[in-house]
Order: sequence, then structure tokens, then C-alpha cells
Amino acid sequence: MTAVKLYPPRPDKVYLFGTCLIDMLYPEAGLDAVRLLEREGTEVIFPDDQTCCGQPAYTSGYHTEARAVARAQLDLFPEPWPIIVPSGSCGGMMRTHYPSLFAGTPEEARAREVADRVFELTEFLVHVCHLTLEDRGAPEKVAMHTSCSARREMGLAETGPALLAKLGQVELVEQERASECCGFGGTFAVRHPEVSGAMVEDKSRAIEAAGAERFVTSDCGCLMNIAGRLAHRDSTLEGEHIASYLWRRTS
Amino acid sequence: MSQPVQTYTPQAFHRQAHEALENPQIRANFRKAMDGLMGKRRKAFDDWDLETLRELGANIRLRALSKLPDLLEQLEANCEANGIRVHWAENGEQACELITEICQRHGASSVIKGKSMVSEEMHLNAHLEKAGIDALESDLGEYLVQLNEQTPSHIIMPAIHLNTGEISDIMHERTGTERTTDVDAMTAAARAQLRERFMTADVGVSGVNFAVAETGTLCLVENEGNGRLTTTAPPVHIAVTGIEKVVEHLADVPPLYALLTRSATGQHVTTYFNMISSPRKADEHDGPEEVHLVLVDSGRSRVYQDDELLDTLRCIRCGACMNHCPVYTRVGGHTYGTTYPGPIGAILMPHLMGLEATKDLPSASSLCGACGEVCPVKIPIPDLLVRLRREAVGDGVGNVPGAGVKRSRKEVAAWKSWQWLATHPGAWRGATLVAGSFRALAPSHLGPWTQYRSAPKPAKTSLHTLIKRHRKEKGE
Repeated sequence: MTAVKLYPPRPDKVYLFGTCLIDMLYPEAGLDAVRLLEREGTEVIFPDDQTCCGQPAYTSGYHTEARAVARAQLDLFPEPWPIIVPSGSCGGMMRTHYPSLFAGTPEEARAREVADRVFELTEFLVHVCHLTLEDRGAPEKVAMHTSCSARREMGLAETGPALLAKLGQVELVEQERASECCGFGGTFAVRHPEVSGAMVEDKSRAIEAAGAERFVTSDCGCLMNIAGRLAHRDSTLEGEHIASYLWRRTS
Repeated sequence: MSQPVQTYTPQAFHRQAHEALENPQIRANFRKAMDGLMGKRRKAFDDWDLETLRELGANIRLRALSKLPDLLEQLEANCEANGIRVHWAENGEQACELITEICQRHGASSVIKGKSMVSEEMHLNAHLEKAGIDALESDLGEYLVQLNEQTPSHIIMPAIHLNTGEISDIMHERTGTERTTDVDAMTAAARAQLRERFMTADVGVSGVNFAVAETGTLCLVENEGNGRLTTTAPPVHIAVTGIEKVVEHLADVPPLYALLTRSATGQHVTTYFNMISSPRKADEHDGPEEVHLVLVDSGRSRVYQDDELLDTLRCIRCGACMNHCPVYTRVGGHTYGTTYPGPIGAILMPHLMGLEATKDLPSASSLCGACGEVCPVKIPIPDLLVRLRREAVGDGVGNVPGAGVKRSRKEVAAWKSWQWLATHPGAWRGATLVAGSFRALAPSHLGPWTQYRSAPKPAKTSLHTLIKRHRKEKGE
């Protein structure tokens, strides 16, 4: 649980940290995040040298390697603009774990300073942009899966649903045990595939049982996991990153 | 039919997880029980400022731990002044020997036991049996588990893996009780079977929930009255606990108790709350003639040396972390193969058994954070899981026995390559470009991932490239 965060007024410029999963697997989601921010009159700077936040190594226990990769990101955001991350998982890594990862190193102060400027995309759209949306899509029943990192590490259980609630034609359906993990957990999914498989099976069934015609999430790890499970058993239910969903329905 | 006798070990976590996942009865029993417990906890804290209470609980535990050596000495002095004899055991083996000696000194052949996870941790019953002393568990769940020759699958509800039908079968097969689905009838039968033993037992062994240093008081939280009988009916009472259970003041107990019962079972109070401060006094009619307190270290003082791992010792054993754990809920307690299962087990057992035996436990978590979110004393369980993963794959220099046991050259090399790529942006962009160009050739089978899910395909164009195009389109 994070403390109450004081949000700044909407800035003219922001940085986007696109995350490695979006870069490689779901690039449209990253571009849609840019489009949403630009529509709000915010210039988006995408530092070209960004790669990965370092989380996969961090959670696997390889902190030297994680620190080296994280260090390479610290220099990419020299101006005092907010850093927008379209993922609660990577956002949580940067906001909550960078300070401890760099504790006692020469980069500690800079890591803290960067961490303080990190905002998850939906958080920024709700609390800083005060986004209004005009829904142009057809009526649809949608389930939201909020990632565990967004929900617990960043304290953002409400921002995703709050954005979907702004779409007039969208009915947000409640799934059973919505706060339960989908079973991704980074390398957990491959180190404990059976347990992870049982978790994602339950999650995907809960989304289907809620009567959803689509599910949306703000984390591509969860998206890859849940959508992958649904596709594996030939379900027609598809998932989408919330940035793409919002952009698609309002552009 | 009741389940066949089976031994579980942490080394066999994967196999045991597989078996549990394939067992619809186990899956259903745990899902139902954990859903119920989560609901009860949520309701129990409804009217409370939970965050403030958790903060208070965490601070009480942290304060006690910060003064642990002094508080233990104070506890010993005050207990002794009250007439409670205090013994120190460096490990479980020593504690078992101490308890056996006390029993033997009294010519005991029969021991009745209140619920104690520390006694499970040191396999006290087996030790006593070797010395010809029969120990009977009196907590209903522990009693059933003992009848079925199993170990507890949960630290608060030891027989939570069993449903009513299975319990009826066990009681029928082991005690001759009529088969029934009437829970009250089964409870009454167990009560009758136990009652006799309370009266005839030579020694009562119990655990301790809080040991109060300033007063030398042992607090025992329970629902069945078996704890009170265990600690009052037999002529000798031996309380056994880990050294971390000490709190400084009597006033520290109410907040911890409020957190413990609500977090564990959603109860506002338990049926019994016992405060044991001395053996029977001259003018008293009941109570044991002798009370002993056995304080067990078993690796705890080693945990205490490390500023981060120290947080593990805050635990008040409520079990909320397992009730809320999506992994525990699916594989059950026995799968962990350790005395303490679930998240608390995964962060505690490596210290008690070493990482070599328990190396699969810290990784058996998606780091979803549900455990840390509900922990009444705010133990940062996910952070400690990551710390233990780090110890397991590190260079072997660490505060955990067996550090470095999971280090493999292959994996180190893989992470080093990843590091190189992620710190060379040009190469990174090149790699995403190549992956995108050859996406048609991407494997559709990626080992464990594609057992349950379709393989993700690299995008045709990376975000780096998309944004470049986007900038061009905008004429930047």
C-alpha cells in the first residue's frame, strides 16, 4: 500500500518508458499511449536508448545484472518531467525498487529522483490529465484485469476501471476474485509452469464467466499470460492493453 | 476413503505440486476453505482502521525484536521469579531432549499436547515416542492429522485439507466412530476420546503465542479449551516456543491479539485466551505443580543477525498469508513439505532447513503481494522472497545456510548476455528488429510456457520503430 501521492499539475512534456514487453510484443500499445497523451496536449519524449527496467533479473535474484541494466536507464530522463510507464509492473519496479536497488551506491540519489517521477499510465491519465473520453465504439461488455503490481505495489486498483467507466458504451463486468493474481509473475511462469498454468486457467475462466466480450489490462505480462491461455484453448475472447482500447474507441 | 499416509519433502515440491493440482478433492477443499477465511477476515476488520492497527502491530514486533536479547533475559528472570523454570535450546534436537528429560524425571508415559507449531518443527512427538512416551494431540485439527498419520497442512487449521466426509472416514477407521456427516456428532466423539486423556496425562505440552517479558506471562490463544486443559489438568506443564515470540509489555498483547484472531479466522476474540504466570500456588485448587518454558533458537538468532531477514521474525503465526496466497490455495499446505507452508514457510524454512532443501520454495510465488498486503505485522514477504532468491543464486556469501545452491553457470551466462544486450541500446534495437523480421520463424513451442498458453509472437515492428515513424508523420 502506497502513501497518498500528491499529483502535479499537467505538464507540457513527459517521458515515456515503453517497457521491453511492449517494445517487442505489443508496440501498438506503446504508440497508443503516446497518442492518448499527445491528444491531451502533452508532448511525449521517447528516449531512444531505453531498453528494460531490469525487473526480470531483479525478481530472479540477479541484482548485479538488474542494477547494471537499471543504471543504463537512469540517464535517459535528465529533465524534471514525469516518466510515464504503461505497466504497473515496470512502474512498480522503478518507483518502489530502484531506491533500494541503488541504496549505498553513487546513483542512489538519482535513482530516488527518477523513482519519484514515475507514473503508471492509467494513474497519470486519471490523476494528472483528468482525462475525459468520448466513446465512439459499439456497446461492449469488458472485464478489467489490474495487475498485482499496479494494485498492490503502486496502489492503483481504481485507475483502470475509472478510465473504462468514462466510456459510455462500455459495461465493466465484475469477475470473481478480481484481485487474484493471473499467475504470470515473470520467471515464475516458467519455473513453476503447472501452478502458474492452474492460476491462469482460473483467471481466464473467471473472465469468461463474468460474461465479458473482451478483457483489458494495463500490463503486458498479464495480457500475454491470460490472452495466451485463452488462445491456447481456442477461446474467442481477446485481450487488449488499456491504452489501445481507449485510443481505439475514442479516435 | 481417507488419504494414504504420505511423506512430503520440500525437495519434492514440483512433484507434490503436480499431484495436488491433479487432485480435484484437494483443490476444492482448499479453494473453499481459503475463500471462506478471506471473507471472514475482510468482515472482521470492517469497522477498524486496519492500516493504523497493522502499523501498531508491526511497531510492537519491531520494538520487541530490537531489544530481543534483553527482553529474553528479562523474560527468563520474571518467569523464574514467578516459579516458571526456563530452559534454552539451541536447536530442535536439544529442545526435544530437554522436554523428554523433564517427562522422564516425572516418570511420565503419557503427554497431552496443545497446538504448537514449534513442536511440529522439531518433531517432538516422534522423539517422545522413541523414549516410550505417548504424545496425543488435543487440538481437534491436530488430533485428526495425528490419527491420519499426517502433518498439518496449515498452521492455524491443521486439517484444512480434509473435508467432512474424509474426517468421518478417518475417525471411523482409526477410532471406530460411526460414520456420519454431522459435524457436531464428530466433534462430540473426538471430545469424548480426548477428555479421558486430559485427566490421565502426566505432562501437558503447549505452545506460546506471546511471552511477556515485563511480567513473565505466557499467553495462549485457542478456541477449543484444549489449551486450557493441557496447561492446567496435568501435574506438569511444558510450554515450548521460539525465541522470537517475546513481547516487551503486557500492553503490547491486546493489539497483537486483535490482529491475530481477526487475521487468522476472522474472530473478534477467541473462545479462550490463557495467561499463564506461575505453577499452582499454595492456596489454589488446580493448575500444574510445575511449569517449564523451553525457548528454542533453531536458526532464529542467525536470522536476527541480518537487518533485512530479521523481519521474518515479526511473524505472529496467523496464517493470513497462506489464506490469501494463490499458490498455497492451489497446491495446499503439504506440497511445501515443510512445517510452515505458504508464504511464511517460504521465507522462514530456508533458515531452519537450509536453502539446499528448500530452494524451490522462494521461487514458488508470483510475487503478487497478497501475502504482504494482509500480513498483520507488515512483514515485507515479497521482498524477503526476492532476497532469498538472491541468496540462492548468489555467490554463496550470505546469511542463509546453503546460499549459492542454485547458482548455475548456464543461468548466470544467460543473465549476463541479457545484461549486455540491455545496456547496449544499439544492439537492443537491432535485436528487436531481427526478432520482428523473422517472427514467422518464432517457435510456437517454448517449453513450459506453451504447455498452457499460446506462444507470443514478436511484433513486426518494435515500439522504437513505430515511434520514429510517428514522429516523421507528424513532421518532427
